[in-house]
Amino acid sequence: MTDKNRRFETEVLPHLDAAYNLARWLLRDEHAAEDVVQDAYIRAFQYFDSFRGGDARPWLLGIVRNACYTRFQQKTRTPQTANLDDDPEMYVPMVDARGQVQTPETMLDQKQLGAQISAAIAGLPMAFREVLILREIEEMSYDDIASIMQIPTGTVMSRLSRARAMLKEQLGDCR
Amino acid sequence: MQTDDRDEFSTQLKQHLPRYRAPPGLESRIRQMIAEQSRATPSMPWTERLALWWRQWAGVGLGFACGALLSVAVIQFRGAGGEGDAFEKQLLASHVRSLMVAHLTDVVSSDQHTVKPWFTGKLDYSPPVIDLQTQGFPLVGGRLDYLDGRAVASLVYRHGQHTINVFIRPAREQQLQKVTALQGFHLARWTQGDMQFWAISDVGADEMGKFINAFQAYRAE
Repeated sequence: MTDKNRRFETEVLPHLDAAYNLARWLLRDEHAAEDVVQDAYIRAFQYFDSFRGGDARPWLLGIVRNACYTRFQQKTRTPQTANLDDDPEMYVPMVDARGQVQTPETMLDQKQLGAQISAAIAGLPMAFREVLILREIEEMSYDDIASIMQIPTGTVMSRLSRARAMLKEQLGDCR
Repeated sequence: MQTDDRDEFSTQLKQHLPRYRAPPGLESRIRQMIAEQSRATPSMPWTERLALWWRQWAGVGLGFACGALLSVAVIQFRGAGGEGDAFEKQLLASHVRSLMVAHLTDVVSSDQHTVKPWFTGKLDYSPPVIDLQTQGFPLVGGRLDYLDGRAVASLVYRHGQHTINVFIRPAREQQLQKVTALQGFHLARWTQGDMQFWAISDVGADEMGKFINAFQAYRAE
């Protein structure tokens, strides 16, 4: 095994769940997510020489995110990503969310709430969905999110607060 | 870490949102592919690397495409600048691969001001990025590629149903402009300023000529 190989396995491979989680939320399809993550890893390995050290997670997630967008672009066969969020298919609610199981009494409520939140997030446009996933599930810093999404940190913050507001509004209807 | 905004709502979200875990088997598949990749790295002659590469991607259900490409007679020619055909075949392989494996672009944008900064920090040079929408060749995005042992910028343009990949790297020498045919593709190369350009596509020779003219005219402005 080469040195590059070993470094890649210790620095990049441990972020597999993060990579899959992001792809799974963005693409909302487990098979597509698996494909894209596998492909993104191969690319990450090819470009590993140009990775300048530090935390590999934002670097990897940037590659995964781009792969997801490319995947979308191919699927919808439109040359622009700007209008992907208008694709009606994007608004199909996702209902197979796994809510966290706690005690038997709270189980049903928790599950329902989890499914509601998941469906609400799935209904958000992709740009808002990804910022929420990166912040709320992956707990990444604004700077890291900015580098992944290739936007200024200020935009991350405003997009996040809009995403939260949109989500609250949607959930307000159910509660 | 900025944690000041992790209010009740965030906590609630965190609590209820599933964090999907990679399916079993994915990790070992990735490990295996990486091992194959690393066996194929530069110490090998490019022919073996290409062969290995073909084998890897053939499995993706594109075997027929590989067969077709390999069986097409190679139009032999030699580059005047001493690059040789090995480099040109690398270009071709990168082009074909970009079309095959869902990785045409890393940054998707028709806005040159989005694409150009994207390369910053990923390369040790700043490639010129221009949109040729009005000339009939809209910019689709950019991609990092790996050629001849270094990371290079690739710009992606669309012309009708055709895709044009433009590879850019700092010029090592001045090269005369030249358009050649390679396995049914047209490959153009030129030097401009301190950069070297290679454009490759399945567009016709005439269209390729128009593209180069448009590209160079814009740069000259």
